[in-house]
Amino acid sequence: MSTEPTEQTVDPASAARETQAEISSEIASAHALYNEKIAAGRPPQQGPSLNFPPYRSSLLRHPTKDLRHADPEGIELVSPVFGERDISPVEADLTVQHNGEPIGERIVVRGRIVDADGRPVRDQLVEIWQANSAGRYIHKRDQHPAPIDPNFTGVGRTLTDKDGWYEFTTIKPGPYPWRNHLNAWRPAHIHFSVFGTEFTQRLVTQMYFPGDPLFPLDPIYQSIPDAAARERLIARYDHDITQHEWATGYRWDIVLNGSHRTVFEHDREDGEHA
Amino acid sequence: MPDTTLTPYPGQTVGPFFHFGLVYPDSHLLVSPEAPGAITLHGTVTDGNGDGVPDALVEIWQPGPDGQAPADQGHIARDGSFSGFGRAATDPDGHYEFTTLRPGSADGQAPFIAVAVYARGLLDRLFTRIYVPGDGVDNDAFIQSLDAHERASLIAVAEADGSLRFDIVLQGEKQTTFLSFDPPGTDRHG
Repeated sequence: MSTEPTEQTVDPASAARETQAEISSEIASAHALYNEKIAAGRPPQQGPSLNFPPYRSSLLRHPTKDLRHADPEGIELVSPVFGERDISPVEADLTVQHNGEPIGERIVVRGRIVDADGRPVRDQLVEIWQANSAGRYIHKRDQHPAPIDPNFTGVGRTLTDKDGWYEFTTIKPGPYPWRNHLNAWRPAHIHFSVFGTEFTQRLVTQMYFPGDPLFPLDPIYQSIPDAAARERLIARYDHDITQHEWATGYRWDIVLNGSHRTVFEHDREDGEHA
Repeated sequence: MPDTTLTPYPGQTVGPFFHFGLVYPDSHLLVSPEAPGAITLHGTVTDGNGDGVPDALVEIWQPGPDGQAPADQGHIARDGSFSGFGRAATDPDGHYEFTTLRPGSADGQAPFIAVAVYARGLLDRLFTRIYVPGDGVDNDAFIQSLDAHERASLIAVAEADGSLRFDIVLQGEKQTTFLSFDPPGTDRHG
């Protein structure tokens, strides 16, 4: 029987006792190295570094050989088709999935999903999962001694509309501690899983909230060495989404990789009529 | 092509608590185990020490035996028809398992199953392919472009019990060949 290491329960051999100062110093060094390369003329890196030692769990789990370039073929050029029969409309509202109201700050998160060519991702599945307002996940391995909310599961699903828009109503998640190092805390975030029109556009990421004081300290967020790229994951407060006497609103658009199919002009124009 | 190109957003790790968000009932059954032609596709996800990864998620997307991508809805709400899409979380030993059909090819290319791998500690998803032994895989142009190790890492092993085994090695000499579909010149992971 092997152990089950998680963010919360690390096996003793690797139980990191580094301080935040040590982790922050490692992050600063990695970013300084990146900024030197940018100054030397390399193009910006748009994603995370897969090998990011300040995030200790990446040490043994990043590929050490370069990714092999491939031209997508066959099944990779299309995506699974999800539809109305797969999900229920109530799944887009995480505050009404139980008998009572969850505790916390009710929010609406809304945005538009497009690909790198600006084409909206229509009628496609968006999945989210998150901690509750106290920073606790409904997961048997989450041992954080914060209360579970009996009225909040923290899972949502919806389909984008014809113009690529999605919307969830939920509770603002709390930050939570983890065991990457001593006194390690994750900024509040919502996990997002998104499909495009082809499988090569698949994206699993995390949405963050503006102004979080934990950003500079978090090795997962900082694994994206490019400052502009990091900021793409931060939603912005949007008072037009905020609902009178009901919920505050956040706007977070998502851009997926370009698809490999021919761009048809009407795809773009349709989206711009939104 | 349009003259404006938007920058794709970064991925982030799926984290340790994805199960309740991404795994739904029977998500590893692309077809009923009793269906004609149903096979088991399984393997182990291992890290740089060779240890099983107990919190990985394997996602597959594949054509049916006719080579056609399933175009119907119903990947979450199953009706018994072949889905083509599945998700399996690894168990405490890093093992995953699907029940599916052998992929076919409609265009003469060697058939394969598209794979995305996620795990705690893995900062972005990794793509790979599972080619099926036989079925002209040795004549496939992409397979022929690979060295012997890369090739072997992408072809499932036919087990004596009729199942297909595909181990996923995240790191090291025996690492699985992972794929990038990004256009040349873009730099997603450094």
